[in-house]
Amino acid sequence: MNPLASIGAVVLAFFTATGRVAIFAGRALYHVVTPPMHFRQMLRQLVDVGYYSLPVVALTTLFSGMVLALQSYTGFARFSAEGAVASVVVLSMTRELAPVLAGLMVAGRVGAAMAAEIGTMRVTEQIDALATLSTNPMKYLVAPRIIAGVLTLPLLVLVGDIIGVMGGYLVGVYRLDFNPSAYVQQTWAFVETLDVMSGLVKAAVFGFIVTLMGCYHGYNSRGGAQGVGIATTNAVVSSAILILVANYVLTESFFSK
Amino acid sequence: MSSQPKISFEDVHLAFGPKQVLRGVDLAVDPGESLVIIGGSGSGKSVLIKTVLGITRPDKGVVAVDGEDIVDASARLRNTVNAKIGMLFQGGALFDSLPVWENVGFGLIQSGVMDRQQARVKAIDTLARVGLDEHVSTLLPVELSGGMQKRVALARAIADEPEIIFFDEPTTGLDPIMSDVINKLIVECVRDLGATAVTITHDMRSARTIADKVAMIYEGRIIWTGGVKDLDAPNHETVDQFVHGRAEGPIQMAVRR
Repeated sequence: MNPLASIGAVVLAFFTATGRVAIFAGRALYHVVTPPMHFRQMLRQLVDVGYYSLPVVALTTLFSGMVLALQSYTGFARFSAEGAVASVVVLSMTRELAPVLAGLMVAGRVGAAMAAEIGTMRVTEQIDALATLSTNPMKYLVAPRIIAGVLTLPLLVLVGDIIGVMGGYLVGVYRLDFNPSAYVQQTWAFVETLDVMSGLVKAAVFGFIVTLMGCYHGYNSRGGAQGVGIATTNAVVSSAILILVANYVLTESFFSK
Repeated sequence: MSSQPKISFEDVHLAFGPKQVLRGVDLAVDPGESLVIIGGSGSGKSVLIKTVLGITRPDKGVVAVDGEDIVDASARLRNTVNAKIGMLFQGGALFDSLPVWENVGFGLIQSGVMDRQQARVKAIDTLARVGLDEHVSTLLPVELSGGMQKRVALARAIADEPEIIFFDEPTTGLDPIMSDVINKLIVECVRDLGATAVTITHDMRSARTIADKVAMIYEGRIIWTGGVKDLDAPNHETVDQFVHGRAEGPIQMAVRR
């Protein structure tokens, strides 16, 4: 095959997929902002996405904060800057680690489950059944999940920020012998509202990405069990990649001089 | 007989990629009539009724309900038309996350006709109509046998007393006795509701029990229509082969080609 044709096919496939996702996102957003709302579905999703993700996010951010304190101490000790550990931990957690790690963990837990559930509904004709029962599938299945993702991920990240900083504190005070009040003072002195807010905005965007990808791949799955498996994998992989890309873009827009 | 058919297809064409599924379907179903469409697997039977529900859009032709073309129906017209239709899907398509009563009352709740309590009472009544006890109403679909799932799906299809009911392979996967039970329930329900029914099947016993009129689809076209009494002597070689399940004949030749 002509190599140029191969490249062209890949480029066309990429733009086709991008267009399809954009149209799906537009339709989903339309149903998010227009009545009727399916509040029972929304409540179920808020609990699924938010409450049940809490242990995973808490553990991830706790150990990340602890490792960050250890590693930054090791590095800064080389030029006698150990005092910067608390500020590095709080800035890294609030700006980057808590939102990105929470986003990735939720993508693995929730995005995969959404793709599998909606994909199974697609291949067993449950989505077609919704359409015959006076129910728009986009409004019933997709809109509540997107709302839940956008609302709960910032809350998860806020909890993750606190737990991550606490992890750094535990290692700093009990392992590296920092003075507890000096550590807390150092943390407060360096953290600014923008640091926390930027993380929360990122979290909302990541929540949108994870739920959109989960719903999109599930909604468009084909071909039985294998199709559902492929949809689940694609949901997690595409969410993870888009989270990392969006993270860079958002960091540039928040902090570039 | 009414001059205006309840459902009509005129020169309906539909392709999935290179595969031409419907090649000019012309068919009319009169009000109160029970039409059975027979045809081999992959002949386009299910796709044809999905064009009425708006799940699949034909590439060309007219699909009309009560004389109104619904191919490019507005959202409002689509809702109005779908509210007239109940459907029993091939695999049941019951919502796994909802108990039986909520599956049956789903359309009533979502369309705002009834609140949840009223819908529950109606669902239990409808379940009784298809021979299921009240205690079944609180079970999840996975806790039911295949035959019970089909009955629940039938109850869901008739719960809001639709004017039109589609049955997609209603006896597939059931033993002969349960098939007969379902066939008789379909006949009773359609007669009691005075509904127009379209059943898709390749089970000749079902066709003989359910049908007033039979149509056969082959290679994307309706090649024969006739009364149920004409089935045994259809005066059409392809239909005769299909009805009598013979390996030799024009359909086999098509497979070999």
